[in-house]
Amino acid sequence: MSDIVLSRPVPVTTEPPLIRSLLIGLALTFVALFLFAPLVTVFVEALKQGWAGALDALRMPDAQAAIRMTLTIAAIAVPINAIFGIAAAWAITKFDFRGKAFLITLIDLPFAVSPVVAGLMLVLLFGANSTLGGWLIANDMPIVFAFPGIIMATLFVTFPFVARELIPVMIEQGRAEEEAALTLGASGWRTFFTVTLPNIRWALLYGVLLCNARAMGEFGAVAVVSGKIRGETATMPTMVEMFYNEYLAVAAFTLAAVLAMLALLTLLLKSLLEWRHADLLAATRRH
Amino acid sequence: MNIEIEELAKEFGTTRALHPVSLSIPSGALVALLGPSGSGKTTLLRILGGLEFPTSGRVLFGGQDATGLSVQERRAGFVFQSYALFKHMTVFENIAYGLRARKRRERPAEAEVGRRVNKLLDLIQLPDIGTRYPNQLSGGQRQRVALARALAIEPRMLLLDEPFGALDAKVRKELRQGLREIHDRTGLTTVFVTHDQEEAMELADLVVVMSMGRIEQVGKPDEIRAKPATDFVRDFTAA
Ligand SMILES: Nc1ncnc2c1ncn2[C@@H]1O[C@H](COP(=O)(O)OP(=O)(O)OP(=O)(O)O)[C@@H](O)[C@H]1O
Ligand SMILES: [Mg+2]
Repeated sequence: MSDIVLSRPVPVTTEPPLIRSLLIGLALTFVALFLFAPLVTVFVEALKQGWAGALDALRMPDAQAAIRMTLTIAAIAVPINAIFGIAAAWAITKFDFRGKAFLITLIDLPFAVSPVVAGLMLVLLFGANSTLGGWLIANDMPIVFAFPGIIMATLFVTFPFVARELIPVMIEQGRAEEEAALTLGASGWRTFFTVTLPNIRWALLYGVLLCNARAMGEFGAVAVVSGKIRGETATMPTMVEMFYNEYLAVAAFTLAAVLAMLALLTLLLKSLLEWRHADLLAATRRH
Repeated sequence: MNIEIEELAKEFGTTRALHPVSLSIPSGALVALLGPSGSGKTTLLRILGGLEFPTSGRVLFGGQDATGLSVQERRAGFVFQSYALFKHMTVFENIAYGLRARKRRERPAEAEVGRRVNKLLDLIQLPDIGTRYPNQLSGGQRQRVALARALAIEPRMLLLDEPFGALDAKVRKELRQGLREIHDRTGLTTVFVTHDQEEAMELADLVVVMSMGRIEQVGKPDEIRAKPATDFVRDFTAA
């Protein structure tokens, strides 16, 4: 009876310890080398002349104008693209129409086109050398080398983020819950706000955060369209480049550090929200 | 409320989901739409509920033309095949949804909403599950919650798409009995879709046998068994 040897159970889903530590080590090295080290360098360089040097850099009018510019762009471009992204994802997933596949490809266009090319397209379309651009400038509504052009470039470059996050989630969820709400007497708007939106809120949040990060960080398209006019159209990324080219290393890295901190703040916000709503996330997740 | 279906047809692009079909459903009847996959049962049910609009033909509710009525105006209690419960709401909130969605003038006070939801939870014999989320329920419980949610709007009729489709045999039998009781108690005209002939014959007052977008026969269960109108009906109900 007692000759059954109770061996320690071997977990079948785990790799041998050696391979495990090798994989973990590899991942950590990669993260340290390519993500962490550059980030730390930025902060180290920014503080090379101490806090005073960094603060002096931030007091420069050009730096302040660039920060204001970038925050304004994000504040305008992100909500617009969130709304357009929801509309596009909604149209694609909830309705059947001709040209749907084409629309999906079109949404990805900004990812495929180099941002510099996107900027050039706007210059060609609205610049002083085009008929439309000439007319706009004559009527005191310049787009290129001005604020509207920067917004348009940012909108173009960041358009896919929200739609891309939402489409798979909305396809997976289908239309049944919305149809149920309608049969229960809810209007289209009520259905959207009480059923659709809660179901996509996490995907929407990720999309918005990614969109925001890119809106604040975009360089190529904005550099071409804005003309990088100091104190007027320069954004944080383009201002970083200009400082750097002028050997103002502390100013360049300080501004870069602020940009990095804005990005880290976004990530922190995301984690915080996930942590606060962990129970709800678990309850509504599908099996 | 009686339902009249007159020469109703539906095409999806080039697919004919429904050839012109006509059908009279007497008030208070429990009707089964029976047929194999793709025969147009769901399409007919969705047209009744206002979720799909017919290519031609008319629908009359209680003698009134309802063809152009929006899904909200139909006030049909609809139970979906996969129940379509709102995942992010508790059972209580699910059932209360229709009452809270009413126009301010017609909306009951919160206390009254609570009273009605609890009454419905008693009706489906699950009085203690109000605070749970749908993913914390068994399949049979979900089905009953979906039924309670549909009943909460005081519907003019009850429409159910394969209400027992995703459940095991024992639960199916219990819930069949449950639906029969609820139907008898509320007196609502009820139409349910099934491809299970035993279920249709056992539960329904009137069975509508469908095939390839056409109605093959309409009759009481024993009439259909005794006198199948076509070869298809005989083969399908013999199974
Ligand atoms: N939205 C749609 N677009 C195109 N074709 C559709 C659509 N809905 C249904 N059909 C077609 O209409 C026909 C009838 O479908 P329906 O869903 O009514 O069948 P059913 O009897 O409910 O079948 P099942 O038992 O499989 O649910 C099928 O050929 C189906 O492919
Ligand atoms: Mg069906």
